[in-house]
Amino acid sequence: MRSLRSLRPVPPSRERLRAAAGSPLQLVLLAASFALAGYAGVRLLSGDWFGILLWFVGAALLHDLVLLPLYTAADRALVHGLGALGHRDAVLYVRVPAALSGLLLLLWFPLISGRVAERYEAGTGLPGDGFAARWLLITAVLFGASGLLLALRLRRAAKQRPPADH
Amino acid sequence: MSRTRSKAPFAAYGRGMHEHRLPSSPRFWRSPLRGTRFTSVLGVVLLAGITVLFVTGLLSYAAYNPDLSRVNDKTPDKGLLGFYLFDWPTDPVWLYRFTQGVHVTLGVVLVPVLLAKLWSVVPKLFAMPPARSLAHGLERLSLLLLVGGALFQFVTGLLNIQLDYIFPGSFYRLHFYGAWVFFAAFALHAALRTPTALRTLRAHRRGAAPPPPPPAGPEGPPEGTRGAAGPAPGGAPEAAGGPGDGDGKPEATAGRPEGGDGGPPADPDPADPDPAGLAAPRPDAPTVSRRGALWFVGGGSLLLFATTVGRSFDGPLRTTALLAPHGWTDPGSGPGGFQINKTAASRGIRPAETTEDAWRLTVTGPAGTVRLSRAGLLELPLHSAALPIACVEGWSTSAQWWRGVRLRDLAELAGYRPEDPPDVLVESLQRRGSFRVAALRANQVADGRSLLALDVNGEPLTPDHGFPARVIVPNAPGVLNTKWVTRLDFGDLSGSDGGRS
Repeated sequence: MRSLRSLRPVPPSRERLRAAAGSPLQLVLLAASFALAGYAGVRLLSGDWFGILLWFVGAALLHDLVLLPLYTAADRALVHGLGALGHRDAVLYVRVPAALSGLLLLLWFPLISGRVAERYEAGTGLPGDGFAARWLLITAVLFGASGLLLALRLRRAAKQRPPADH
Repeated sequence: MSRTRSKAPFAAYGRGMHEHRLPSSPRFWRSPLRGTRFTSVLGVVLLAGITVLFVTGLLSYAAYNPDLSRVNDKTPDKGLLGFYLFDWPTDPVWLYRFTQGVHVTLGVVLVPVLLAKLWSVVPKLFAMPPARSLAHGLERLSLLLLVGGALFQFVTGLLNIQLDYIFPGSFYRLHFYGAWVFFAAFALHAALRTPTALRTLRAHRRGAAPPPPPPAGPEGPPEGTRGAAGPAPGGAPEAAGGPGDGDGKPEATAGRPEGGDGGPPADPDPADPDPAGLAAPRPDAPTVSRRGALWFVGGGSLLLFATTVGRSFDGPLRTTALLAPHGWTDPGSGPGGFQINKTAASRGIRPAETTEDAWRLTVTGPAGTVRLSRAGLLELPLHSAALPIACVEGWSTSAQWWRGVRLRDLAELAGYRPEDPPDVLVESLQRRGSFRVAALRANQVADGRSLLALDVNGEPLTPDHGFPARVIVPNAPGVLNTKWVTRLDFGDLSGSDGGRS
């Protein structure tokens, strides 16, 4: 398409229109995508269409406008807080275990929080109440391992530091 | 906005004092990790992973044989979306256990990758103007389907396997139609973006990317315009990253006239290390290298894998699934101590209904109606089969040793030739549950390993595993292995409306 365009001059109005429309290939692909999404979407929304729409759009909004800003703000507070204390290089030793623990909580929140414990126990015959305890233990191990690594690092740094630094 | 700046950097200077406070400004975003390469790595992983999720999901849908009978079909309005349906085979016996285990475990494992990918492109969500062209505006609209669809699918899936049924409707319908809506946007996004992603990764591997210019290029902010949120000018450059810290250098955005989002990836500058315009123009000092961040995402996936995959195995491996449903422990010990989907009590099965005196199996067919007690069934020829139970929720058991009457022998009792049996409708004593009546196809009935099981692992079935009798069919989704069977109606289901509901 570029070669065609370069072969002959194009009137400015047509150029503007082209810019306003965008790539024709892209428009064709978009039409195909929206048509398929529409075909499936009509079926998805049959039933409680408002609730389903709310979930579909709400999931995106909740992630983009609540979850992401929240964990970004928490991380920023961590970086700046440790930075103010002069321990900016310890950020990872807090960030990694905290993020992994938070990830587990996010995924398994229904089980960890106990909100489905009764149904889980009645349905599966398995204990429904051990999830929070196991999550806390995993969190303890993650932070414990991270603290151990940090301690080793600080010790190594202290050993390597020439006495004049003290 | 970037266009304005590139054309008239000085005119934009006055506004630049404030515009970085808004997320619509690229300068609002400060992480030095963002950039086309970071997003490309995650994008390529998701391209492969979500393709596997989609295919295994479609297989699971086919495994229910929804085209066989109304009772198996929660999506009678599927239309052309069921175009690929086929008779679900009974061989290999581990197929559904494998594909559905992959579907759910991979879905869990991809969560950190999805979150990181969404994080890496979030500045584009706020990019202004809303649309530079019709195509660009429509593509941004389709991103709502992409992001909303991805989150909808992951959230409904994760809630369903934890039995938290708060979503607005039947899981089968929501997850199936949601998958197609998501796939429509996903396929488009993959078609438009994969070339850029692959080109970026290839260029990086060759090391062809030119050295990035300094972060504050010709149109970068003069010192002193940094917001209060930013570090002090010349702030601590120490990076706590691991190996490969040089990786964390910001990718250059200076001097690129177009924002890059949404535009057709037609004319990428091969020397541009950030063709998608994702890198922060004013990055903070890095706390981790880009490679370190990718290891971090991978570590999250690894942690989820290690604490989930055990739910597809018995014995000590199940203990490793620390937080996943049906992980950690078995419901008991002994012959009946393997995983249970729904207990007898939870389905309202009363012990009085299953006694030798009370319970009868009704078998119907051209030969009429036959009623059998459990003792009567035990007098028929008994056969054994070692078969696993694999649930749509992704957990499974290893093979259990079942013993009972072959379904094709019961078809013979109903008046069919055992070598050419028909389909069958199986009805359970249970009053609730969407599959209390389920249909099995002729090929499933004909398999010599398909049993109306009476014993498991050498003992009579326990109430929770379906006493007095249950169906077990090789390679069928768990829910089609009906428990507490009370009735078998043999007959051709094709062309009919699938009988009772």
